[in-house]
Amino acid sequence: MRGITKRFPGVVANDAVDFAAARGEIHALLGENGAGKSTLMKALYGFYRPDAGEIRLHGVPRVLRSPKDALRAGLGMVFQQFMLVPSLSVVENVLLGLPSQGWRLDERAAAAQISAEAARYGMAVHPLARVWQLSVGEQQRVEILKLLARGADVLILDEPTAVLTPQETRDLFDTLRRLAAEGRTIIVITHKLSEVMAAADRVTVLRAGRLVGTTTTATTSPQALARMMVGRETFDLAERTPVEQGPIVLEVRDLWADGDRGPGALRGVSLAVHAGEIVGVAGVAGNGQRELGEVVAGLRRPTRGHVSIAGRERTNASPLDAIRAGLGHVPEDRLGTGVAPHLSVADNLVLKSYREPRFGRGPLLDHQTVDEVARELIEEYKIQTPGPEASVEALSGGNLQRLILAREISAGPRVLLAFHPTRGLDVGATEAVHRALFDQRHADVGVLLISEDLDEILQLSDRVAVLCGGQLMAIVRPEDVTVEQIGLLMGGTRLALPEETA
Amino acid sequence: MLAASGVNPFAAYAELVSDPFGSAFGWSETIVKATPLIFTGLAVLLPARMRLWNIGAEGQLQCGAIAATWIAVFTPIGHSSLAVPVLLLAGMAAGAAWCLVPGMLRAWLAVNETITTLLLNYVALLLVDFLIYGPWQDPQSRGFPLSPILPPAAKLPVLIAGTRVHLGFALALLAVGAVVFVLKRTRWGLEIRIIGDNPDAARYAGIDLARNILLVMAAAGALAGLAGAGEVSAVSGRLQQGLSPGYGYTGIIVAWLARLNPAATVLVAILLGGLFLGGDGLQISLNLPIAVVYMLQGLIFFFVLGSEQLAGYRLRIGRRDHAASASHIT
Repeated sequence: MRGITKRFPGVVANDAVDFAAARGEIHALLGENGAGKSTLMKALYGFYRPDAGEIRLHGVPRVLRSPKDALRAGLGMVFQQFMLVPSLSVVENVLLGLPSQGWRLDERAAAAQISAEAARYGMAVHPLARVWQLSVGEQQRVEILKLLARGADVLILDEPTAVLTPQETRDLFDTLRRLAAEGRTIIVITHKLSEVMAAADRVTVLRAGRLVGTTTTATTSPQALARMMVGRETFDLAERTPVEQGPIVLEVRDLWADGDRGPGALRGVSLAVHAGEIVGVAGVAGNGQRELGEVVAGLRRPTRGHVSIAGRERTNASPLDAIRAGLGHVPEDRLGTGVAPHLSVADNLVLKSYREPRFGRGPLLDHQTVDEVARELIEEYKIQTPGPEASVEALSGGNLQRLILAREISAGPRVLLAFHPTRGLDVGATEAVHRALFDQRHADVGVLLISEDLDEILQLSDRVAVLCGGQLMAIVRPEDVTVEQIGLLMGGTRLALPEETA
Repeated sequence: MLAASGVNPFAAYAELVSDPFGSAFGWSETIVKATPLIFTGLAVLLPARMRLWNIGAEGQLQCGAIAATWIAVFTPIGHSSLAVPVLLLAGMAAGAAWCLVPGMLRAWLAVNETITTLLLNYVALLLVDFLIYGPWQDPQSRGFPLSPILPPAAKLPVLIAGTRVHLGFALALLAVGAVVFVLKRTRWGLEIRIIGDNPDAARYAGIDLARNILLVMAAAGALAGLAGAGEVSAVSGRLQQGLSPGYGYTGIIVAWLARLNPAATVLVAILLGGLFLGGDGLQISLNLPIAVVYMLQGLIFFFVLGSEQLAGYRLRIGRRDHAASASHIT
């Protein structure tokens, strides 16, 4: 790819970017969120048409008008959102849309073929299983098999490890290495330095839509890459300093709850968070974290067990009860639950506090006060917006999270439930969120941190609770365990560890 | 279509516009027709701001008419000076109650309100039939399905002498003001706007969805009920069939053409009221069958609503690759 430029209204997502990946290599495309990695790859995949620049495959200039074109040219992309039909089997998903197979589908022969293919690259998949029965890691393998069946010799993977356990990540890289060894080209979009160093042969770094450089992993260091990615010396990581812990502010005891996909999403979970403590909840996505958060926030009814917030019984509390008891909540889905996207920044900043007497007499809402309070919060939390009247929709992910944090923290919570607080944020915004959480810990707030980012959990938490299959596997102190041990716990293996009491 | 019925289409169009908007009398009659449309438009709009689809303004209007008739004709209040305020309140209460039935089903049992409000329309219309063919039939109507005429004390005062523009129009404007005020200036309005924009965020913010559904549905029913009470008291003077030529359904169109902006309902209601009136005119002066008039009105609505989508587009003439990149962005 040479001189690729792609403009969107108001931004240049790619500015004359050159990119070259060789046959038989694993090439990492590294950059912060919004650096233009995905845009560049979507241009390659025919999803976007670049405004300028040239794409050559095997030395031949090509114009790819659609993903279909790209597939025909031997390019395949695995997106973060998988594109599988849940009710169909693995075989059916792999064969779906393949050019003419005749009318009859010999499922068994196809299954054997797919099994062989999968085994060759070290992927364990049951070909006749229905996709909805598979774990996320297995679904990802099906996506890869799908592309292989279509003859793709260039595979692009967009943040493939975001949903995997450490073990699954290792397996994936193993598979990718075998694929590359056969002469395929693997491009991995990521923002995780450790993965680049562990898996890639070469790495191309993008920053703010521009090419920073391409280098081989053998001749670089994580520090050098971080500098390239951020454009300056990296931040000092916020450090966990000792804090005197207070009384228990959040306690769940023997909590059982059903999930959206069926009963038994939470099975007898007990844990407590003290004032001035951050308790991290680790686990592979879909192992009860969402249900735990929702039950605590009053958004889901438990089938059994107790919840207490700030010492008061809050089982079966309404969301409003939980808020009144002193629960701040940074929700999992920022845009989907955290805000009313078409309302103004000001309206969203008072989304919960509009009930307070200071915002107007009786039923009336005093816009002037709302506006003033909004302006203060915008200033204090450095929310970048044209003004309090601007619609929230236009805010970037980092600013949206600042808005939500501003709202939840300014309410003066006793307990802060932070669900994926930094997912999708760039390094700067992540750092700001981490500092905010530490500040809350110092202000004697109990923080329940649910995250899929294990590094984040280990960096921030005083104690880590590991969930698997809705059960609490262990509660440990981060200094007592290795990442691998937590990975095993996340995968459901019980270990003899220095356990903490709940 | 018009040509096929043997009428010069352009003459028909001229008639359609000149009748309602061509004279002072035309204007006053247009406003008479627009009055219930403002109410029913609001009755659809308010729940729609919360993503509730009230297709039942027609039935709520009929219930308001029934309650108003009952107060005026069958209670002693009808002859007292309190007749007008009491019958209006009764109309509101009846409309609210009628609309609360689907509201409760929705709030507590998650039953789709679109269907239930629609179905209750038929029940309300048949209830009117039952009353005017049965117990409430005027003994002097010689078998016609009509209720007795409302006593003079129960007639809404006329606003402009020599016309039929009645107090209802002033109330309708007040109602528009009230809806604007509630949505913009009250905590309840903020709740409605939050729910309408993102129900999940509303739940997350601790807003009681069920309570708001009940309140909004009751308010919507009350607005539609007011329309019915006004029609009985000021226009028809009695409970009868054809009290509303589909004001409740047209309210849906009013709300959508107003893009759910309450202030805009006044304008849209006047336009559509004019269309109703122009339709009457067509029937009389050009001898068109009523069915053709309704078809014409339907087509106008269809094209106006259909062109909504297209109004967002801009025609651009330029080099081809320009157009292609533009279409990619959108």
